Amino acid sequence: MIKRDECLKLLASKIADDEIVVAAYTTAFEWIAIRPSPLNFISSGAMGLTSSHALGFALAWPDRRIILLDGDGSLLMNLGCLVTTANTAPKNLIHLVFENGTYEANGGHPIPGQDNVDFSGMAHSAGYKNCHKISDIKTFEESVGSILQAEGPTFVTLKCETGKNYPQDYRYMHSAKIREEFAEAVKNF
Amino acid sequence: MSDHLTGSLIIKAVKESGIKTVLTVPDKTTAEGLLRPISVDPDLRQISTCKEDETIGISAALSYSGQRSLILIQYTGLLYSMNAIRAVAVDYQSPICFMVGLLGKEPGVLPTESKRNGVRIIQPILDVMGIAHHIIETDDDIEKITPAINNAYDTSRPVAMLIGRPPLAS
Repeated sequence: MIKRDECLKLLASKIADDEIVVAAYTTAFEWIAIRPSPLNFISSGAMGLTSSHALGFALAWPDRRIILLDGDGSLLMNLGCLVTTANTAPKNLIHLVFENGTYEANGGHPIPGQDNVDFSGMAHSAGYKNCHKISDIKTFEESVGSILQAEGPTFVTLKCETGKNYPQDYRYMHSAKIREEFAEAVKNF
Repeated sequence: MSDHLTGSLIIKAVKESGIKTVLTVPDKTTAEGLLRPISVDPDLRQISTCKEDETIGISAALSYSGQRSLILIQYTGLLYSMNAIRAVAVDYQSPICFMVGLLGKEPGVLPTESKRNGVRIIQPILDVMGIAHHIIETDDDIEKITPAINNAYDTSRPVAMLIGRPPLAS
């Protein structure tokens, strides 16, 4: 099992400062603490839409890599996105799903199909070009470089558990400021 | 006053507003007069989605790059997507442009006076949510489209254009 924050730290060390990362809920709080940047787009308010936002960015800037940090609960709320994304086939989209088996942001209750659902299998069936399933940090460390370099759409399930505690500032997450900072940062893309 | 609605004129107005991408879930009202010609129009990128709320995330994201998009769906899909609309379009003030087929609305009858409950409640719901809306039922109404889309992007607010009858293909 992967400690999610360790995985995020490793990911942060592998990407450039000018890359857009789209993140959802609890993972987003950890991500913005680990890699603070106006290019972090935090999707909130409508659980499940993180993946759709990421697809929109991938279509908007086809020459820029878009990294999506999705949750298993979020993905379950928008499973159709797998088919929409695969059908659209953005070469620049990396879809990472942190699978902890719970609706973590909503009290930690188990997701339906906990430990039984094969998210990477579904992504493969939907038509994603590359699909991976990783459950230990060593494998992630060895493969993250090639995962990020491969022509997408790429999908990775990361079996994880919560690591350290990070601040959860929901007011900031929902604020206009966070979106204004993002808009300003991408203005000249 | 015109008593019919011409799909090609609607598409022309949409293009004049700078729309390049159309995000869709099929709707019987607009399937032939709008969606079919849009799907083969070389000037428009049509993206099929599985469910209507996906279109809202995609459209909002595109807007950050300055790319304008139109969401072409049925009123049932609008109702399905209410929380996404509330969060992304209304609360976060995004320029989301809906073109919504009012399936089953009786021609010449106001939506609020339709015998169909689903059609009848659309405008009151949009009013409660503070979303501007326009009825597009005859060719005379098409002139509303370009200004409505331009205003949505100029003010970063959502707008809904309600298609009151099946548009003719040309």
